[in-house]
Amino acid sequence: MNFELLMQLIVNGIIVGLLYGVVGMCFVLVYKSTQIVNFAQGEFLLVGAWVCWAFLTYFQLPFFMGFILTMVFMALFGVLLQMVVLRPMIGEPIISVIMITIGLSIFFQSLMKWIFGVSPQSYPKVFESESVQILGLNIEMAYLMSTVISLAIMVAFFLFFKYSKYGLAMRATAFNQQIAQSLGISVKQVFAMSWGIAATLSATAGVVIGLVNGVSNSLSTMGVKVFPAVILGGLDSVVGAIVGGLTIGVLENVAEFFDSQYLHVGNMYDIAPFYVLLIILWFKPYGLFGTKDIERI
Amino acid sequence: MSQPAINIQPANPILTVNNIEVVYDEVIQVLRGVSLAVPEGDVVTLLGPNGAGKSTTLKAISGLLKSEDGEVTKGDITFMGERIDNKNAEDVVRSGVFQVMEGRRIIEDMTAIENLKLGAYTRNDSQINQDIEMVFNYFPRLKERTGLAGYLSGGEQQMLAIGRALMARPKMICLDEPSMGLSPLLVKEVFSIIGQINREQGITMLLVEQNANYALKAANYGYIMESGKIVLDGTQDELLNNEDVKEFYLGGGNEERKSFKNLKSYKRRKRWL
Ligand SMILES: Nc1ncnc2c1ncn2[C@@H]1O[C@H](COP(=O)(O)OP(=O)(O)OP(=O)(O)O)[C@@H](O)[C@H]1O
Ligand SMILES: [Mg+2]
Repeated sequence: MNFELLMQLIVNGIIVGLLYGVVGMCFVLVYKSTQIVNFAQGEFLLVGAWVCWAFLTYFQLPFFMGFILTMVFMALFGVLLQMVVLRPMIGEPIISVIMITIGLSIFFQSLMKWIFGVSPQSYPKVFESESVQILGLNIEMAYLMSTVISLAIMVAFFLFFKYSKYGLAMRATAFNQQIAQSLGISVKQVFAMSWGIAATLSATAGVVIGLVNGVSNSLSTMGVKVFPAVILGGLDSVVGAIVGGLTIGVLENVAEFFDSQYLHVGNMYDIAPFYVLLIILWFKPYGLFGTKDIERI
Repeated sequence: MSQPAINIQPANPILTVNNIEVVYDEVIQVLRGVSLAVPEGDVVTLLGPNGAGKSTTLKAISGLLKSEDGEVTKGDITFMGERIDNKNAEDVVRSGVFQVMEGRRIIEDMTAIENLKLGAYTRNDSQINQDIEMVFNYFPRLKERTGLAGYLSGGEQQMLAIGRALMARPKMICLDEPSMGLSPLLVKEVFSIIGQINREQGITMLLVEQNANYALKAANYGYIMESGKIVLDGTQDELLNNEDVKEFYLGGGNEERKSFKNLKSYKRRKRWL
C-alpha cells in the first residue's frame, strides 16, 4: 500500500472537507433561520469566485483588496436576493420556495456563463512559492490558506452566534419567530442577514477554490456536493455540517485512493460519498446530529 | 415608586385601548369592542374564562397579532400618547411595552443569561450586565442555573421570562397568565415579585390571569372579559366584594376552605362560567 499517497489524499480530504464544512454551515444557517432549503447555495461560490476574478483581472486589484471587495459585494448580493426575491415568498408553501431557489440556481449559472463565458479561467498568481513542507508533507500555499480561512470562518461563526447580539437574535429567530418578535427582534432583518452571511462566507470558499483550481462553471457543483455533507450532519446542525463536510471530504479522497490503486472503477471520487450517505441515512434518517421533525426533501 | 392611590376613573392612563375589534384570518372575530385604560405605575388585571380574548387583547397591544394573521379592524390603542395599534411588534417593544407571552416562551436551547441578554436586544447602552445582576437579585435561583433554559423548572422558566422582560427596561409589562401551571407556593412567590418589581422599578403592569384571587390582590384595578367584551370593571375592592365575581371567580367567596379546592383548583378554573 502506498501510505504516502494515502496520507496526502487524507490531508487533501481534510482541507477540502473544511471548505465543504464552511459551505454546509452557510446552508444550515439559511435553513435554520428562514426554513428555506437553498438550492442556489453553490451559485454563491460561483458568483463570488467570478466577481473576485473580475476584480483581480479586469481591475488589476491586489488579491486581498479584491477578496475583501468580493466579500462586501456578496454580502449586499445575499441581502438583496433575500429582500427582492425571497421576502415576498414568506408564507408561501415550502415547495414553491424550493422551486424559486432552484430557479435562482439556474438563472445565476446562465448569467455567469453569459457574462464570463464558458471556458475556465485561472486567478493571477498570489503566492511567491507554490508550496511548503509541513511534517514531510507537501502542502500547497493555497491549500494552507484555504485551511486557515476555513478555520477562521468557523471560529468567527461560533463566536458570532455565542456572544454577539445579532448572533443571539438569529438563534432566537431560528428557535421561534414569534418569540423573537416579542423581544423586539426584526425577523425580516434576521432573514436578510442570514442570506448575506451565507452568500459572503460561501463566496469565500469559492474564491479559495478558484485560487487552486481556477474559476469555472463547475464550481456550482460544490452546492450539490455539500448536500451529502449537510444531510449527513443533519439539516439543522452547524456542528453536523462541519463533521459532515470533513467526512465527505476525506471519504472522497480515500475512495479515490482505493479506486486508483485497486478497484479501477473510475469516478469513485464523486459517487462514494453518496453511497455512504445512503447507508448512514438508513440507520439515522435525521442525520448524525439532526433533530427530528425536519423537512425531508 | 410608591403605590399610587386607586383611581376609579384612571386620570392619566399610560395605555388606552379604545373600543377595539380584532379579527383572525380575516373572518374570525374575537374581540367585539374592548376598551380599557391602564394608569401609569399601576397594576391592572384582565380576568376572564378560557377563550374570552385576553391573550388576543395583549397581542393586539404588543403587535404580535400580525404574526398570527390577526388584525385590529376597529378602534385604536394609544401608549404614552402615541398610536401603537399599527406598529410592528419590534417597534412596540422600542416604545416601551414588553409582553411576556402565555406559556413563558423562553428560548429553550439557550442559557438563562443568553435569554436575558436577548431581553435587552433593543437597548444600546452599557448597563446590560448590571441589569442581569438586578434580575438575579429578584430571582436568585436563576443565577445558579447555568445549563440550557429548556431544562429549568416551570417556575424558573416563568421567572426567566419575567426577568427577560425587565432586561428591556420597559415602561409597561403585559404578563399573560404568569401563574399557569405553577404550584400554589410558586404562584405566591411569583406574584409577590411582580408586586415588588412594580413598586421598585415603577413599571406599569397589565396582568392577564385566570387566578382571580391572586390577581385581584395584586392589582389596583381589574377588568373582566367574556366572549370578546369587557363585562365588568372596578377597583380591587369593588371586584373583590362583587357578588358575581365572588361566585364565579373567587369560588363562593370563601377562601378558607382551601384543602379540597386547591387540589381541584386548576380544573375549577378551567370550568369558569
Ligand atoms: N391565531 C388564532 N387564529 C384564530 N383564532 C384564534 C387565534 N388565537 C386565538 N383564537 C381564538 O380567539 C379566541 C380568544 O382566544 P384568546 O387566546 O385570546 O383567549 P384567552 O382569553 O387568552 O384564553 P385562555 O385563558 O385559554 O388563554 C378563542 O376562541 C380562540 O380560539
Ligand atoms: Mg390566553
